[in-house]
Amino acid sequence: MTAALRYISPVIVGVLILALWVLVVDVLHAAPRALPSPVAVITEFWLRFGIILDDVQVTAANAVIGLLVGALAGILLAALAATARPIDGMLAPLVAALAVVPIVALTPIFNSMFGASSQFGRMAVAAIAAFVPVFVNVLRGLRQTRPVHRDLLRASGATGMQTFRVLTLPTALPYLMTGLRIASSVAVIAALVAEYFGGPADGIGTAIATYAKSGRASLAFAYVAGGIAIGLAFFLVTSLLERLVSRGRPV
Amino acid sequence: MSAVVTSGVGKVFPTKDGDVVALTEVDLEVAEGEFVSLIGPSGCGKSTLLRLIADLDSASSGTLEVFGKTAHQARVDQDYGIAFQQAGLLPWRTVAGNIALPLELHGVAKAARAARVAELAALVGLTDFVDRYPDQLSGGMQQRVAIARALAEQPRLLLMDEPFGALDEMTREHLQTELARISAESGAAVVFVTHSIPEAVFLSDRVVVMSPRPGRITDIIEVTVDGARGEALRESPQYFERVTAVREALHGVPTERANER
Repeated sequence: MTAALRYISPVIVGVLILALWVLVVDVLHAAPRALPSPVAVITEFWLRFGIILDDVQVTAANAVIGLLVGALAGILLAALAATARPIDGMLAPLVAALAVVPIVALTPIFNSMFGASSQFGRMAVAAIAAFVPVFVNVLRGLRQTRPVHRDLLRASGATGMQTFRVLTLPTALPYLMTGLRIASSVAVIAALVAEYFGGPADGIGTAIATYAKSGRASLAFAYVAGGIAIGLAFFLVTSLLERLVSRGRPV
Repeated sequence: MSAVVTSGVGKVFPTKDGDVVALTEVDLEVAEGEFVSLIGPSGCGKSTLLRLIADLDSASSGTLEVFGKTAHQARVDQDYGIAFQQAGLLPWRTVAGNIALPLELHGVAKAARAARVAELAALVGLTDFVDRYPDQLSGGMQQRVAIARALAEQPRLLLMDEPFGALDEMTREHLQTELARISAESGAAVVFVTHSIPEAVFLSDRVVVMSPRPGRITDIIEVTVDGARGEALRESPQYFERVTAVREALHGVPTERANER
């Protein structure tokens, strides 16, 4: 009963919101012109599925590449910072600066640096955005080993490499997964929003901006749905990864 | 050859407010197969002494030998097994995985490892729990896993730092009886840190009484027992007499008993 309710209740909420949306737009005609009917949005999504999918692929590819590069850099630099205090000291202010810079604001600069027809600027923005949460979480994770465990491995005559494999890495793994999960949504947002600042004329963000300005609100909303699909896909993949890693692990 | 020999061992921890002398002039010899407890109030250096023997810290002065080698060499050669107050199990490994950890680190083949784990699990009475994770076990069971892990490589010396300190009294007495049996069966020497007088007397051949500021040995009390150490010992007059002796050594003066007041 309660289990069924847990799945049914969000569905009910969704249906209610849709019904309210239809009521306001189609029945009462009380909405501004920029808010189309959900029926119109779904129709556009269906009719233009082909071109929406093309743009989804562009934006998703930028986000994936940015996420992978950013995460890899985050892991490597966090490992360096964890092994040597001076490196940590050098990186800390840099990461703090990256965390406060409105990263998407760098896009116009990247675009003029690498040319307006290159996706590189968007990927770079996604990479920088993904780097910060991965770095911060992994560095924290690498420092979570408990003294009793370190004593145990030392008493067992474990080598440095063995200690890393048996203790440090498994301790840090859940932190890495948390970092990746945050980074994945940040990378999608960064890649999409970066498109608002110019660059090649493709991608979800570019399309939303174009159609919203030219009054085709229902098509713009259909593209928003495409953006939601990317975000959802990223979230599901990283959540699945987190599950796989924590399998057999209590907590 | 003795299991442990220390002569004139001292340990000084440098701190912001000057040096703290944790141990001074410790002379102690633990024979092979002997059960020795270190007892004393907090700050008497009993855990520090154990950590020096285990080569988890190094002595500031004096010499320390474990089976005739330096503590460092004995650690590298895996001449001892160790158990701490916290069980210190790796939460992402099963009971079997935790017991097998030292074997795994030293490249014991998988089949031999599995056989040894089964043997150890039976020894500590956890055969039915080898596939469980540590957080599914009670504190007492976790501590048994830690003891099994310490025994994995059949060490001739077992170092134990208040392994039953965080357990309730019933579990504690039960595990003491088990440890007495296990140590008798394995024939390993044991250095056992505790702050419980009855625990020290029940388990040990000798009780080393220590005192703080600076940490040092003030007395060594022999406990001789006829036959095996079992539940009957806890109610024997001999046991109470030794408990009193250790208590008096700890407090420095004969303690006034309630019925003499």
